[in-house]
Amino acid sequence: MRLSGRDISCVRGGREVFSGLDFEAASGEALAVVGPNGSGKTSLLRLIAGLLTPSRGSVHLEGGEAELTLPEQSHYLGHRDAIKPALSVAENLWFWRDFLGGTVFNPAETLAVVELDHAARLPAAFLSAGQRRRLSIARLMAVRRPIWLLDEPTNALDASGQIMFTTLMGDHLARGGLIIAATHAPLGVAARSLRIGEAT
Amino acid sequence: MTALAALICRDVRIAFRVGGGALIGVLFFLTVVVLMPFALGPDLALLTRLGPAILWLGALLASLLTLDRLFAADHEDGSLDLIVMGRMPLELACAAKALAHWLAAGLPLVIATPVLGLLLNLDATATSAVALTLLAGTPALTFTGMIGAALAVTLHRGGLLLAVLVLPLSIPVLIFGVAASQGAIIEPLSFGAPFSILCALSLVSFVIGPFAAAASLRYGLD
Repeated sequence: MRLSGRDISCVRGGREVFSGLDFEAASGEALAVVGPNGSGKTSLLRLIAGLLTPSRGSVHLEGGEAELTLPEQSHYLGHRDAIKPALSVAENLWFWRDFLGGTVFNPAETLAVVELDHAARLPAAFLSAGQRRRLSIARLMAVRRPIWLLDEPTNALDASGQIMFTTLMGDHLARGGLIIAATHAPLGVAARSLRIGEAT
Repeated sequence: MTALAALICRDVRIAFRVGGGALIGVLFFLTVVVLMPFALGPDLALLTRLGPAILWLGALLASLLTLDRLFAADHEDGSLDLIVMGRMPLELACAAKALAHWLAAGLPLVIATPVLGLLLNLDATATSAVALTLLAGTPALTFTGMIGAALAVTLHRGGLLLAVLVLPLSIPVLIFGVAASQGAIIEPLSFGAPFSILCALSLVSFVIGPFAAAASLRYGLD
């Protein structure tokens, strides 16, 4: 599987965020998108996720499942964590498992991976920022998708959480997955970096 | 569980939890209807004559009250991004969300109607006629209101704008809903014709609502 973008430009609110961007990533590879604040890292991820349309250029996926579009084969882990405070931790995870079409899934096991099994029945409103992030990461485990689009994935995670997530990313890459992550901190796994928004 | 059932279950569950909007609409409906006799005075004949219209107005306003959260809540916490990316067609997801919203906010209004009819001196026939028209008409309010909710999704405090956008679309529903209720109560008027049109309005909104809402979500989301 190979994901590539050619000559992509993105305009937000009448301002050109970036232009003429090329990138490429294949199965088992991680691409770290780095750049200063406001350089368009999140925009690039949302563009790949199909949530924004590029003003020029396009994103191509070769070798994925032919019947599914790129967003349908991707996980998007954004700043906003898609967690409903009124539902319990397990209910939140169940919902995304069912909605995103996960098949094999043992909730207790998945929650144990992100060290949230003790809080499974707790309303998600009581989770801390780091725990919410762990619950979002559990979503990536509950449903297998080959492409992970991660926006500052280790934000708010403590040291053990970062190690846990590094391991999960390593497993994902070893299974032939593909990761594109916008990040300021080192990703922890071998990754090529894509610099955007810097004066050339 | 299928994705469709999961989405409906989740929205209904949230609506009935703490902070959900399910009972707010019913309480508002109750408030409007309880206040009417005090405003109109103790003229029982007048109350009976105005009863169906009051119930319909109350139900219309109550259903608008919680509609602005239909997509806004999912937009704020990022769920909408994942729903848009999902394998379920966005039109179907919109229809599922509207159905869940109707189950949580519209159906309780229909159930409350017989009780509130007592306060307006409506007899059993009149009350059941109003309840029946509400049952047929409130889905149209939800499914047309969904278009406004989708248009106003990126605006903070879009509630008032939503009301302005949606009210013109709900006027036909109100007209035929009240006309059918009156038709069941007052002898020479017909019940069947306005009721059929009301059902038709609901059916049309089932088709147009999800497509229009999905289109405006796709366009407006960024």
